[in-house]
Amino acid sequence: MSLDTRSVTLHLGLIAALIVLGFVLPTYHQGNLARILVLATYAVGYNVLFGYTGLLSLGHAMFFAAGMYGCGLAMHLGGVTVIPALVIGLICAAALSAVVALLALRTIGVAFMIVTLMFAQSVYLTALYLGEWTGGDEGFVIAQASRQIAGYALTDPLTRYYAALSLFAIALLITARMMQMSFGRVLIGVRENEERTRMLGYDVFRHKLAAVVISGTIAGAAGAGYAVLFGYVGATFASVQYSIFPLLWVLLGGMGTTIGPLVGVAFMFYLIDYASGITNAYMLIAGAVLVLLTLFARAGIVGEIRNRWAPWLP
Amino acid sequence: MMLLETKGLTRIYGGLRAVDTVDYTLAKGEIHALIGPNGAGKSTFVGMVSGRIPASEGEVWFDGENVTALPAHARIQRGMAYTFQITAIYARLSLFDNVALALGQRDKAKVRAALDRVGLANRMEQIAGDLAYGHQRLLEIAMGVAQTPRLLILDEPTQGLAESEIEEFNTLIRELAGDTTILLIEHNMSVVMALADEITVLETGKILARGTPAEIHANADVQNAYLGTG
Ligand SMILES: Nc1ncnc2c1ncn2[C@@H]1O[C@H](COP(=O)(O)OP(=O)(O)OP(=O)(O)O)[C@@H](O)[C@H]1O
Ligand SMILES: [Mg+2]
Repeated sequence: MSLDTRSVTLHLGLIAALIVLGFVLPTYHQGNLARILVLATYAVGYNVLFGYTGLLSLGHAMFFAAGMYGCGLAMHLGGVTVIPALVIGLICAAALSAVVALLALRTIGVAFMIVTLMFAQSVYLTALYLGEWTGGDEGFVIAQASRQIAGYALTDPLTRYYAALSLFAIALLITARMMQMSFGRVLIGVRENEERTRMLGYDVFRHKLAAVVISGTIAGAAGAGYAVLFGYVGATFASVQYSIFPLLWVLLGGMGTTIGPLVGVAFMFYLIDYASGITNAYMLIAGAVLVLLTLFARAGIVGEIRNRWAPWLP
Repeated sequence: MMLLETKGLTRIYGGLRAVDTVDYTLAKGEIHALIGPNGAGKSTFVGMVSGRIPASEGEVWFDGENVTALPAHARIQRGMAYTFQITAIYARLSLFDNVALALGQRDKAKVRAALDRVGLANRMEQIAGDLAYGHQRLLEIAMGVAQTPRLLILDEPTQGLAESEIEEFNTLIRELAGDTTILLIEHNMSVVMALADEITVLETGKILARGTPAEIHANADVQNAYLGTG
């Protein structure tokens, strides 16, 4: 099998497996997995920038939040229906990421991290400041009745699961395809050797700009999806914690691998779930496992599998 | 017809004029060697030609167009290719990926053909960083050639190559000559003498002499400054 067929088989196989899982899983895990899939979409977006382009952002929560607030406020205050609200969320995230990219990409390395962190912090503070509309810290709940597409209630666990899966599948397939096209290979080139890439005639700045916008828009799609599927919008999702999460997920799952983000989110979700069943100090257990993984699987779970057994993994 | 022309090209580092008001022309189809002692300003000069290093003063004209204000990638897109003095490849990517990025497309046959020109076609799936140093240099040359540039700038390409590889390099450059104009920085005088149509000698940022290999070999100033009293 050629590389392309293998990778198509992997991604379609994964999606097929997730479709089947929806039927067989008990409702509790169905809900968990729906949440995991939405957060994995967020991680997929983060991975485009961090894993493939080599740019470490500490402010991606602002893009997640832009999608979430754009979509959620449109529904909550504007009475907009789900599909147009999702589009509004996407536009907000795309616009914010374009502006942030134009300013932040003037810096590199640690400065880039700090600048994205500061931007995200101002988005967070703005969400708090506009509490009259956003509900500040407490956030707001989107009316159950409005959370439906063409009569299908997104509050129904199975419907919600498949909606989350659709969102994830779209993000996964788009990025997997992108990384096989010239554009994606150039992003990897930028990550591996920026100067060489420039001296092969590629406009490095424009590629980075596109990477930030694509990454931010996918993160925003996840935020909008979260609002619609779980019916809650709050400033926590714009906080620094939610900028660190995707970094952890991608590191755990395997940066620069297509399925690593999902593996990372699922692993961390169930690790915390499991540990909190044993002890109140569950973060201690989770922390210890994370430290072990970073010591012994530095490339992340999927990254290690790729390094040891399956170098073809996309 | 001149493919490349510089007018008063200068690069200042602090108080040092690394390249000092250099007027230079390069005719289409020529193989031109740029020689000179360490620190003469050769790499800085071609860095300014390619746009990698901004010029402090002066102009660069490429194929009749003033490209001084253009960023490096735009100059490369107009038909320059640049190989670094210090090998610059994608060490963690396969040879295939390296060449595909240079080609701008992932066509197996074309990548193979490009690698074949330097004898690396059978290593297409290997990771570039795992190659021996000489092979890494050859890969970088293959990447430059793969771009089918009009002007190919080579900064000490034979450094680290074995004798047999140098022979193959000479053959490759002769094959390219005519279609591709070549600006070659080279310390190995036998390579220079074998390939160059013309030679320019740079010393402390200035052009000391220019001429055919025979003229340069006979030039007393050059003998003193650079070639020794050979
Ligand atoms: N970034 C820099 N900052 C300060 N000085 C520099 C810089 N780059 C080069 N120089 C100085 O400019 C002069 C020319 O350097 P350059 O690298 O162009 O020489 P070269 O002819 O290529 O030498 P070599 O044969 O050793 O490669 C040297 O004196 C060098 O120390
Ligand atoms: Mg040099």
